[in-house]
Amino acid sequence: MDDFVNTFLDWDYISQVLPDLLKTGLLNTLILSVSSALIGTVLGMVLAVMGLSTKWWLRWPARVYTDIFRGLPAILTILLIGQGLGTLARDVVGTNPYPMGILALSLIAAAYIGEIFRSGIQSVDKGQLEASRALGMSYTKSMLLVIIPQGVRRVLPALVNQFIALVKDSSLVYVLGLLSGQRELFRIGQDLAANTGNLSPLVAAGVFFLVITVPLTHLVNYIDKKLRTGRKVRADEPGDGDELDLVASGKVGS
Amino acid sequence: MTTAVRSSSVELRDIHVSFGTLEVLRGVDLRVESGKTTCIIGPSGSGKSTLLRCVNRLQEPDSGDLLLDGESVIKADPDALRQRVGMVFQHFNLFGHRSVLDNIVLPLRSVKKLSKEEASAIARARLSDVGLADKAPYRPSALSGGQQQRVAIARALAMDPEVMLFDEATSALDPELVKGVLNLMAGLASRGLTLIVVTHEMGFARSVADEVAFMDAGRIVEQGPPAQLFDEPESPRLQRFLSQVL
Repeated sequence: MDDFVNTFLDWDYISQVLPDLLKTGLLNTLILSVSSALIGTVLGMVLAVMGLSTKWWLRWPARVYTDIFRGLPAILTILLIGQGLGTLARDVVGTNPYPMGILALSLIAAAYIGEIFRSGIQSVDKGQLEASRALGMSYTKSMLLVIIPQGVRRVLPALVNQFIALVKDSSLVYVLGLLSGQRELFRIGQDLAANTGNLSPLVAAGVFFLVITVPLTHLVNYIDKKLRTGRKVRADEPGDGDELDLVASGKVGS
Repeated sequence: MTTAVRSSSVELRDIHVSFGTLEVLRGVDLRVESGKTTCIIGPSGSGKSTLLRCVNRLQEPDSGDLLLDGESVIKADPDALRQRVGMVFQHFNLFGHRSVLDNIVLPLRSVKKLSKEEASAIARARLSDVGLADKAPYRPSALSGGQQQRVAIARALAMDPEVMLFDEATSALDPELVKGVLNLMAGLASRGLTLIVVTHEMGFARSVADEVAFMDAGRIVEQGPPAQLFDEPESPRLQRFLSQVL
């Protein structure tokens, strides 16, 4: 038992790594995952709409993109983009690998999120599009105001799951060799673990990951349950959006 | 429901539609005078719904012409055409993520560019026309099928259409809810709105329609006033059809 505690839960090492985890690691993990979640969601929506287009020249690029970025190991994509683009476009982006890490994570996330959105949008009954078109709404307006809000709602649990994966995958940017102040949770734990030969700092880093991911997991279950039971919503104000709407609705054509 | 309506005549000329190798409409001509009601009856698969969907070009004909108020609109902007031609569907197709009121407000704002206040006022007026003013804040799913269909009719009417299309509007309703929707439709007909109604309700066709068209296998086989069609059917196909449904 002592061995176990010494290997994984040595308080000396944990207290040593804790300030860095709190001040640097947590912040960087959040910056990496939140910014790539945002960019990935926007790009993913673009990919989904392209993928559902009747025009092959929109559909095909979305298909190829998705196949490539879903098919490659994340760590390989991060290295190729982080180091490759960093070298190629040094004049534009500078030598800082941090934004390249965000870009790589966003591009990977977009492929997965695009597929999530696409399946959600496809699951919306065709009659919804027919009804909105029959009322004189254009295809674009129908998608923005009627189809996408309903499609997105159905895949919210899958979307949050993807965000959880993103938080965990953000640790992979360590391969880009970030500066000391740019290190995220995993790298900080890993650095001290390597220096001391003790795993406790990594366990501490792991606890920080759980602090982020476990509430998200419960959020998934919560949303899932709400969607299943159906909310008895009273929308008292006309044009009043829904708290669950990700896509700005009711804002077009006013 | 006392507002004066502006209605238009509809004319379909030699409409052809094929799905792959299947010829669904084989040259259909239909004229509906302004303010009149035409019911389209016939067995399933005869092309009734496809024909109806050609009138607002949810289905684009392969060939043929479509005239609204005497003017060809087959090449016009379909969104502009659809503002003049309202449609009610078998499965209501209310927007499930919006309240009943918002279902009507949304197209008024996004298509007619009305302000929130104007749109709400119209929406509330149309809802009370169909007797559902108190349902404004609820989700469509909280309403019965008959109520949902009445909201769908209110939504279409709020756009101030010159023609209304009904695609088996009562087929998905429980029997006890059918009457309310049919009465509403009859009210529209008596107000002088042009109606084209695909229906299996022969009683409605007989009592409300000015003209009845019987379709079979992608053609209008017989057409005329309801009394003539129902009481003295000429074609054997219509006689057979009536003997099965009446």
